[in-house]
Amino acid sequence: MAATKASKEQKYDRQLRLWGDHGQETLENAHVCLINATATGTEILKNLVLPGIGAFTIVDGHTVSGEDKRNVFALTLALMLQNRAQAATELLQELNSDVSGNFVEESPDKLLDNDPEFFHRFTIVIGVQLPESTCLRLGSVLWSASVPFLVCKTYGLIGYMRLAVQEHTVIESHPDNALEDLRLDQPFGEFKNHIQSYDLDSMDKKDHSHTPWIIIVAKYLEKWLSEHNGQPPKNYKDKEAFRQLIREGILKNENGVPEDEENFEEAIKNVNTALNPTKVPSAVEDLFNSEQCKNITSQTPDFWVMLRAVKEFVHNEGNGSLPVRGTIPDMIADSQKFINLQNVYREKAMQDAVAVLKHVECLLQSVGKVCCKPVYSLNKCKNASFLRVVRCRSLTEEYSVDSVNKDEITSCMDSPDSEMVFYLMLRAVDRFYQQHSRYPGVYNYQVEEDISKLKLCVNGLLQEYSLNVNIKDDYIHEFCRYGAAEPHTVAAFLGGSAAQEAIKIISHQFVPFSNTFIYNAMSQTSATLQL
Amino acid sequence: MDGKYNFTILKSTQFFINTTCLNPIFLSSSREKKRRRIEDLTEKMAVDGGHRDSGCDWDGRWNHVRKFLERPGPFTHPDFEPSTESLQFLLETCKILVIGAGGLGCELLKNLALSGFRLIHVVDMDTIDVSNLNRQFLFRPKDVGRPKAEVAADFINSRIPGCKVVPHFKKIQDFDESFYRQFHIIVCGLDSIIARRWMNGMLISLLSYEDGVLDPSSIIPLIDGGTEGFKGNARVILPGMTACIDCTLELYPPQINFPMCTIASMPRLPEHCIEYARILQWPKEKPFGGILDGDNPEHIQWVFDRAQERAAEFNITGVTYRLTQAACATEVFKIATSAYIPLNNYLVFNDVDGLYTYTFEAERKENCSACSQVPQDLQFPPSAKLQEVLEYLTENASLQMKSPAITTTLEGKNKTLYLQSVKSIEERTRPNLCKTLKELGLSDGQELAVADVTTPQTVLFKLNFTA
Repeated sequence: MAATKASKEQKYDRQLRLWGDHGQETLENAHVCLINATATGTEILKNLVLPGIGAFTIVDGHTVSGEDKRNVFALTLALMLQNRAQAATELLQELNSDVSGNFVEESPDKLLDNDPEFFHRFTIVIGVQLPESTCLRLGSVLWSASVPFLVCKTYGLIGYMRLAVQEHTVIESHPDNALEDLRLDQPFGEFKNHIQSYDLDSMDKKDHSHTPWIIIVAKYLEKWLSEHNGQPPKNYKDKEAFRQLIREGILKNENGVPEDEENFEEAIKNVNTALNPTKVPSAVEDLFNSEQCKNITSQTPDFWVMLRAVKEFVHNEGNGSLPVRGTIPDMIADSQKFINLQNVYREKAMQDAVAVLKHVECLLQSVGKVCCKPVYSLNKCKNASFLRVVRCRSLTEEYSVDSVNKDEITSCMDSPDSEMVFYLMLRAVDRFYQQHSRYPGVYNYQVEEDISKLKLCVNGLLQEYSLNVNIKDDYIHEFCRYGAAEPHTVAAFLGGSAAQEAIKIISHQFVPFSNTFIYNAMSQTSATLQL
Repeated sequence: MDGKYNFTILKSTQFFINTTCLNPIFLSSSREKKRRRIEDLTEKMAVDGGHRDSGCDWDGRWNHVRKFLERPGPFTHPDFEPSTESLQFLLETCKILVIGAGGLGCELLKNLALSGFRLIHVVDMDTIDVSNLNRQFLFRPKDVGRPKAEVAADFINSRIPGCKVVPHFKKIQDFDESFYRQFHIIVCGLDSIIARRWMNGMLISLLSYEDGVLDPSSIIPLIDGGTEGFKGNARVILPGMTACIDCTLELYPPQINFPMCTIASMPRLPEHCIEYARILQWPKEKPFGGILDGDNPEHIQWVFDRAQERAAEFNITGVTYRLTQAACATEVFKIATSAYIPLNNYLVFNDVDGLYTYTFEAERKENCSACSQVPQDLQFPPSAKLQEVLEYLTENASLQMKSPAITTTLEGKNKTLYLQSVKSIEERTRPNLCKTLKELGLSDGQELAVADVTTPQTVLFKLNFTA
């Protein structure tokens, strides 16, 4: 057992660096459902099998066609007679022996007819190349059961993804460029005490040059406040003056020439961001004001209990601010000064996290539950500023005439280069399929005559939804030209994108897109739309 | 150059296929070759009518490709003409070189093979490690230890009928112009900027000019891609025509090199402690003889233990085995490209928060040291020391050389001013670093030839004395 764990650590090393052991655990406990093992479907699943999801089930009623045989696993001629689901399952299993694969030789429509609850067991359902009617039926079932649904389609040189999840919470969003949380504008007690222990004027040169810039800025800020009626530097002029104040603090040699003090240079460089006022991000404020946060019951999910506890903290111990994050960036300093400063922040963060945890316990007690330690770890409190919630509209809402997002569609269509036109074309093509039981332009002889038929579908679509937009004939021609082709390179791009979004949903780390993603392989551009 | 690739005069057998890591856009040559237009609007048969090839092509195999090669469309390149010959070209003639058979390389080989390319060469100098198996899907546990290029080629050749991948278990520097010249397109899935620049320089050296005019048939398009965590990019480079790797060198983030004084006497972070063990203690104590092998668990354990001791000395927490491993693995310190400023031809991808892409055109740099053919300017006073010139070559954002070797011609004879890579010459020329340019006998306008790992050709610099 130990050997397997160690070899798994080795094998998954590169991904563990991204989402950690706890993230990996969520993957290994996940059961993913893929509907239709086309080139796109198998690419998505390959990208989930390789990092080690627990299990997958392929639902596919098709047999292997000539086109399918060229897909990523190069199904050989011998597999021709097999159901596509089975063939794909066997080949995907090969990629990772840790994963268990199953298949159901059935169309999703049949399953929806006979056993819709079949889909309730999955962590996420990924539907590929689904006709509109199946998509909407399945979407409705999954929405009621709160199972995330990811719809994917490769159509010629266009890739499409739609995420349908009611509410997806993210505690670990791993923001790319987060500002530091240094509290220089409202120093906490322990920090104030710490900087008291520094007297810049009486330090020897070595200590002076190796004092962390945070201390320097804090010291000079104290000086400034006493000279400016407690008002911190606000505009550019003030900040320039403040920087100059710090610059004057650089030691000079016998000839009056300033010494080389890199830590002071760092302080000057960081003045701009260091003086940013500490405040609760508006996104988090919005979450504080949401219903789930206000009404905690015994059914409330952990995320909202945690959020409410943080809110309580902000209104009490925090004096209007979130728990201190506790990290500081590296900076020029000797080891001891740096470590000591770092510890001041760390201990404060720990203190704040303990306070938040107490609020959690209180809240749970008030609804008759016990606090479960692994769920509410101190670690999670550090992410308080970056809590995110993603809510998508249902497919039903998107497709209904009453609730279609006309504004989004018409405003996007105002820009000539918008990807929105591809969304509308995909909808039109779905109509074509509904009416003619086939996609336009699959065979050469159909291309020309299907152009006018597809145009009728486009007009019908725009009319039904009262969309006052214009779609150039070029796009209608192009979509007939595509002939519902699934080029491998586009399938591969979508496969990578979709798999990563699925991993975000499963792990609750990193923020998924919402709610429609269009990839245009002709121009190598993409867009995220709210529909 | 307005960014559109106008190949109007080509060798008759050459099609230019503009392929990014992500999507094929097909261009064709015009004029010289006679094309047969498919009268597809009157054909009453399926797209994949007959079998023109060997028996390995079954019905429907290339449908998805044919629709883009044999049908006209409103958004195709102005020079595009639908033809059945394009598919033939892909299947029988087009020669592609894939550099790297790792994370990107495996995906590239698979995508190219499934799109109809059959004459593919792949170069990779590495062997397979267990940590590759989570994404380099052409490899299985039983393949660990074998050369990546060979296993990748075997896999594709045995699973995708008709495909002939030729592997090369070699470094890119092991080949010369005659090797690279044979390819129509070169696609890179490298994990090192140095290697990319070398490849870039090699293709630039293949360009031929007649009366100052670039001969388009000497251009080999270079498609380059890179990833790092949740970020990635892809770009198309037409050497001599569009921005090359060196034109946009300043956009690459500088490598994280901790200052030596921090590592040696003032560590603050766990990373500093690990570096201490890795670059100071290891060479000194040589615990297992020889160099540190980032894939050897025993080596990593040693570094980890030493790093922990150091951390304990300074009350630093956070040294973990995983962090140690990351620092030791050679992959981490070869920075995969990560574009920060979007560069037409350049696609940036980031899916940390939703999915974000940005595409735009990188511009050629007028005085690019790799592709501009303009001699590079070096401005120094005659009293400057050679050391200063060396620092300029390594630290300047547009040059970023690694270990430049500087030679010049003095009194008709070739003289090496400084060379690092050969110990005996380094020792002999080291005193030159402290000498001034005047003392070395250099004059205003002197040409210096600089060689470096970042380029296969020497770069010529012209020395301009300042006051």
